[in-house]
Amino acid sequence: MNERNEPANDALSRRRFLANSAWTLGALGLGGAGAGLAASRAQGEEYVWQLDPDKCICCGNCQTHCVLDESAVKAVQCFLLCGFCDECTGYFPTGDHQRETGAENALCPTNAIRRKFIEEQPGVRYFEYTIEESKCIGCGKCVEGCALMNGSLYLQVRHDRCVNCNECAIAVACPSDAFRRVPASRPTILKKKAREVLEKYGQDA
Amino acid sequence: MTGRLAKIVVLAMVLLPAGRSPAQDLIPIPDFTEYRLPPSESAQTSPRAEAPWREYLDLGALCVFLVLATLFALKLRRRWALLGLAVVSVLWLGFWRKGCVCPIGAIQNVGLALGDASYAIPWTVVAVFTLPLLFTLFFGRTFCAAVCPLGGVQEFVAVRPVQVPNWLENTLGLLPWVYLGLAVLFAVTGTALVICRYDPFVGFFRLSAGTNMLILGACLLVIGVFVGRPYCRYLCPYGAILGLFSRVSKWHVSITPDECIQCRLCEDACPYGAIQVPTVPQSPEERLRGRRRLALLLAALPLLILLGVWLGWGLEVPLSRVDPTVRLADRVLLEETDKVEGTTDASDAFRNTGRPAADLYREAQERTKMFGRAGAGFGAWVGLVIGLRLIYLSVRRRRSDYEPVRANCVACGRCFRSCPREMLRLGLIADVAEVVPQKEGSGVFCRNGPEGASHKRLPTPFSAQAGRSGEGDRSR
Repeated sequence: MNERNEPANDALSRRRFLANSAWTLGALGLGGAGAGLAASRAQGEEYVWQLDPDKCICCGNCQTHCVLDESAVKAVQCFLLCGFCDECTGYFPTGDHQRETGAENALCPTNAIRRKFIEEQPGVRYFEYTIEESKCIGCGKCVEGCALMNGSLYLQVRHDRCVNCNECAIAVACPSDAFRRVPASRPTILKKKAREVLEKYGQDA
Repeated sequence: MTGRLAKIVVLAMVLLPAGRSPAQDLIPIPDFTEYRLPPSESAQTSPRAEAPWREYLDLGALCVFLVLATLFALKLRRRWALLGLAVVSVLWLGFWRKGCVCPIGAIQNVGLALGDASYAIPWTVVAVFTLPLLFTLFFGRTFCAAVCPLGGVQEFVAVRPVQVPNWLENTLGLLPWVYLGLAVLFAVTGTALVICRYDPFVGFFRLSAGTNMLILGACLLVIGVFVGRPYCRYLCPYGAILGLFSRVSKWHVSITPDECIQCRLCEDACPYGAIQVPTVPQSPEERLRGRRRLALLLAALPLLILLGVWLGWGLEVPLSRVDPTVRLADRVLLEETDKVEGTTDASDAFRNTGRPAADLYREAQERTKMFGRAGAGFGAWVGLVIGLRLIYLSVRRRRSDYEPVRANCVACGRCFRSCPREMLRLGLIADVAEVVPQKEGSGVFCRNGPEGASHKRLPTPFSAQAGRSGEGDRSR
């Protein structure tokens, strides 16, 4: 048996026509499917990772599991919740220490919290505690300490640092499922307590 | 526990003088005389994510790179131009954008969007996923040639590539499809994004990664010196889809700029096993055998799929071990039944929520069952892939020229310079006879290599022997 005969010319052109039609349909289908998915399900807005401070258990994974060498998670201070304590449990460790700002007295391993005297009222001295973000490593030790009192310190993903991985490595490692995606226009998750205080004092407090 | 007690004692000591009851109410903001509260952490004070124009810039860059790669491969036909573009894209998409403008990973987002109605997929991700597919439908895998940073990195290190035997190439070539099935399975079930988790080179792009990631990446690079593009050929799930689209592409890169003179000089030029040799006419018996085999395989396809379903169902437990909920439930169960000592952060966190353990067990059980179904689907997929590959290898094709295997060709341009017609076009030689060994007096090019000479069926001097790369020798 010889090689199959060449198909007649009209059969060849018919076959080519069919193949071309199928191809065009496929291309249109793919483009249409992409556009359809984009139109029906897509959001114009970017979503970013954030952690829910009410779920956070300060395990320390935020410091160690971020793909960045210096974690994108940092401690933040909600002054509306802060008690401005002299003996701040987020600043000082619960043990023997001098109530002074030397790094050896601080709970924070990088001494990233600034303690500033504000004023003295009868029997009480008030201090302001501010996070120096460039020093913070997101370990959550101050958050754990502060939780003994008001819990005004908490961890948040800083979006100027976060590279917004498709699968956040900290979210995978988070034992309390505290990470989720939020719209980029509302990139923070406040503590429930902070929301309540905000409602009480109003936004301008 | 003692630490916590100590904390409470200290707390009490601190708080009692001030006369406050701990833990119940917040210590109120004192009435400061002059001090004004700094702004609290909020959406207004929190630093913003990068502006959206960066996304559009990335998308634009992807488009420009795709157009350039296509021009360089199909029109200009210059490998150095492709390599130059690959350097730019490795720097831009790799090191600057940290490898995250990534159609490979976007497979999972698209899968997640299809599987989970609540998942909002950014339209830029849909575009990043679709654009290379569309380009491939028109021009073949030019995306792989010089746009994909993973491909670029491997292209640079492939300095001593060896030919992979056909059987091995075809077997390992199944892995991307299996990987694709697994990645979609885990994405659709919302369990994990495995492609991102095991991206081999992203650690190099970020200049920081876990040990496992670095070892995986380094291994692939070392292997890549000898086996060209191991990730692209044997792992990349997006490459598998692109290969499918490339098969039917409208235009495709060709080895020769105009006509194939069948000199066989390009035969070993491709380190990716993507050059097909012309086919040999078959004897009637061979053709009959081929047809029988094809019929057998077609009949076996449903059986393979069923076998896959049966085996895949058994993957219920191993697959569900990837799921965090199932893992947590297992751990809690072990702790509750005193099979293990101590607790983990995760089980502690679970207990703090106050949710009953039975509730968690039920959810985990449902998810495990779901993984049984997903595993069956995955098994069916693997069966289908294997069956179709066998059928594909058994379908007879006719080729008279040396051509790229469209599915495997990544348009890297290595074969261009081996073609005498190309050298003629570039003006490097005056006549093809300068590089092509010619048989004396016959007027046709000698093709009687050691294998060719011993070959029994050589009806014309223009049909090459079977035996080297390509699927020609198998498509009977």
